[in-house]
Amino acid sequence: MSTLPVSHSKAAEAFLADKPYVSWHDETLWFVRSKRDKAARSVPEWETLRELASAVKAHTLSRLDEYLVQFESNAKKNGIHVHWANDAAEHNSIITEILRSHNVQKVVKSKSMLTEECGLNPYLAERGISVIDTDLGEYIVQLRNEHPSHIVLPAIHLKKEAVSDTFHEHLHTEKNNNDPVYLTRSARTVLRNHFITADAAITGVNFAVAETGGFVICTNEGNADMGAHASKLHIACMGFEKIIPRAEDLGIFLRLLARSATGQPVTTYSSHFHRPAPGQELHLVLVNNGRARQLGRPEFRNSLKCIRCAACFNTCPVYRRSGGHSYHNAVAGPIGAILAPNLDMKNNADLPFASTLCGSCTNVCPVKINIHEQLWSWRQVLMKEGYGGKAKEAAMKTMAAVLSKPGLFVRTANTARKLMRAVPWLFNNKLNPWYRQREMPSAPAQSFKTWYKKNRNEQQG
Amino acid sequence: MRVGLFIPCYVDQFYPQVAIATMELLEKLGCEVVYPAAQTCCGQPMANSGFESYAAGCNANFIKQFRGFDYVVCPSGSCVLHVKEHLHDADESTASVIRNTVYELTEFLTDILKVEQLNASFPFKVGLHVSCHGQRMLHLASMSERMLPPFSKALSLLHKVAGIELIDPVRADECCGFGGTFCVTEEAVSVAMGQSRVEEHAANDVEYITGGDMSCLMHLEGILKRQRSNIKVIHLAQILNAQ
Amino acid sequence: MSSRDEILSMIRENRPAFSPLPEIPVFIHEKPLAEWFTETLTGIGGKVVHLKDTGEVETRIQQQHGGVINTTDLSAAAKYRHATAQELEAVDTVIVPGIIAVAENAAVWVNEKDMINRLLPFICRQLIIIVQLTDLVPDMHSAYKKIRIDEAGFGVFIAGPSKTADIEQSLVIGAHGPLAMEVWFVGE
Repeated sequence: MSTLPVSHSKAAEAFLADKPYVSWHDETLWFVRSKRDKAARSVPEWETLRELASAVKAHTLSRLDEYLVQFESNAKKNGIHVHWANDAAEHNSIITEILRSHNVQKVVKSKSMLTEECGLNPYLAERGISVIDTDLGEYIVQLRNEHPSHIVLPAIHLKKEAVSDTFHEHLHTEKNNNDPVYLTRSARTVLRNHFITADAAITGVNFAVAETGGFVICTNEGNADMGAHASKLHIACMGFEKIIPRAEDLGIFLRLLARSATGQPVTTYSSHFHRPAPGQELHLVLVNNGRARQLGRPEFRNSLKCIRCAACFNTCPVYRRSGGHSYHNAVAGPIGAILAPNLDMKNNADLPFASTLCGSCTNVCPVKINIHEQLWSWRQVLMKEGYGGKAKEAAMKTMAAVLSKPGLFVRTANTARKLMRAVPWLFNNKLNPWYRQREMPSAPAQSFKTWYKKNRNEQQG
Repeated sequence: MRVGLFIPCYVDQFYPQVAIATMELLEKLGCEVVYPAAQTCCGQPMANSGFESYAAGCNANFIKQFRGFDYVVCPSGSCVLHVKEHLHDADESTASVIRNTVYELTEFLTDILKVEQLNASFPFKVGLHVSCHGQRMLHLASMSERMLPPFSKALSLLHKVAGIELIDPVRADECCGFGGTFCVTEEAVSVAMGQSRVEEHAANDVEYITGGDMSCLMHLEGILKRQRSNIKVIHLAQILNAQ
Repeated sequence: MSSRDEILSMIRENRPAFSPLPEIPVFIHEKPLAEWFTETLTGIGGKVVHLKDTGEVETRIQQQHGGVINTTDLSAAAKYRHATAQELEAVDTVIVPGIIAVAENAAVWVNEKDMINRLLPFICRQLIIIVQLTDLVPDMHSAYKKIRIDEAGFGVFIAGPSKTADIEQSLVIGAHGPLAMEVWFVGE
């Protein structure tokens, strides 16, 4: 029997135990949100770009099979080996086969949330192939044997002191030297050596262009390029929703992506791969892993428009105060909470409830995914499928019964309010989660209904 | 103009003064206000918990209570939003009329009554808490995430109140963390979010925190009282009705 | 059925009704391009140099310290075409020609044909891209109209030096790629 992961609310409570740390986490991510606002404000046509991006993605989804076939055919003409994987297991085994056929011992990998989703690293490690994550944030969490807590800023949950300790332990850097420049340069030196000695490079894909059969990778650090260009073997992995129809569509998405993600005008590198370099082999793995199922759910298919900018993470007041690991899914945050139930409803039934439905996520989304509405819709689906538990169902049934009968409602509400006045300890105790850190509202002597009866109905006769 | 007064269930029970202020304010502005006494709740607590399917009885009662008015007005953006988006019934034509004539108080004042002057005075330092459902879904104010011209229906009304000193928090429209059942199912995050809001208003040295949704204010009030703060919460309707 | 066919048939079954592909409008920008580009590149840690003509370019190249690989001189740079990462690791400065420069984000399009070896613009400590001032465009839409992304096997928009903010959001210029980057505009 499988056990459920620690629920979001429990994990969040643990995360929140260290108040100054949570304040720092919240402020750090709010700073990123503020940079995003500034960058967006500098583009007068921002809202038009969001409309365009959303429309291009909507169109692509409506002809997704055709664009994938077109892409495959053009990519093959370009000399790219194209593979199709129906699920995570197939994705991992395809990659293993390619690596084995080249006798690869060591792989450098740039950021790919898909490989996180598929659990590629442990899969390869079990088979004796070592994988070095080369994005600085991912490298840090890999050394610590953790998962990324954020899809763009993988180590955003760590303070520099923690990074310094990790580097001291693994890279033998100076103890207690917390200078980010020193730490970054130290990692650069170590990773340079990995880049030039690795047998293969694995990368993600940000966009794949159907009409040209090529793909685009966006990074700031230059790690995807260092890996891909230094190796004789490059394997790129993409969820099939990364496809876009035309080269000119890149103009829309590249204008939105980095501004939404970090507030930069564009990532340092937007690398367009079409053909392998002379003497190199280039493979691309197209992955389904539940995406086709999500496409068939009308209320959730818009989630496939996501370009993984993480703007919804940074703006989410819940994410900022609970941390990425509390979402127990490769993709955390609001977007993760609508993607995860598609992968596993039972394990992820808590995630759509990890939101106040405030809607800020929907507003920052560069491709206009109605995230908060999908969170609401997932709640309906999950409860209908029975993932709420019998106790919750029973409570909701009782509530529904009381609220549909005005007489019963008045009696119940008045009794409760009078109890609050007469025996406050019945409510003001540890069993009441409201009361743990908040006072209960004071119960007035009369309800508005009673006031109205006395003051208005009588006058009106 | 015959207005059906829709009072959220918890306001009826815990904040009758907010309902009274709303009623008096609308009457002052010339509306004929009727409170259908057998109203209960809009059904949002069930729907947001994932049990919209249980809301049929609740919806039927709502429609029975609020049919036949020119407008239905409510001092809560959240409850209005729920009715607008999710009120359905076997009698779908009546449901549709209500969905289209239900208004949150401040938008009713600015858009339907087109209030230009208010005979109100409130000589205090006040911080406005912007409630998410009213702002982001009913569009009662511009949103910090969107790159569109700024406006606020609540502020435009508050600016007509004599003596009031309004001070904006830095994060002008961050959620307070109430979130319906979220406030107990995710108690730790909910409280942390509320504490952040309170902290910002306290740093501004306000005497009152106001807003258009008593649910958010109830949550903030719970935190303020636990901290033994001197800051009080007050619904917008009470300020707009203050003499 | 192969995974390919299974995936495609599931997509065919599940795809939504047709939604049209929008045309991308032309956006009008008021800002003077050269100033705009400079402001943007400076903001992301790069530097702009204006040079009148090829003579000035030559002089400036002579002034570079350390090892320089200059791919604008194709015959001299040709020997690096098949150089490996180990061989290139120590190179200080790489100079490559850029095709289009974009004012809104300071990105410059560089084509594989002009960089000789794909590693060069990434593995060096300092990158210099030389662009004709007349090849400056306002935004990415205009840039994509002027380039063909599949003209070479590889092409890249480069905007500034490599960087990271993965440690506490502190910006560090110089991650895995160049520690410094300059754009030299040629022309008046």
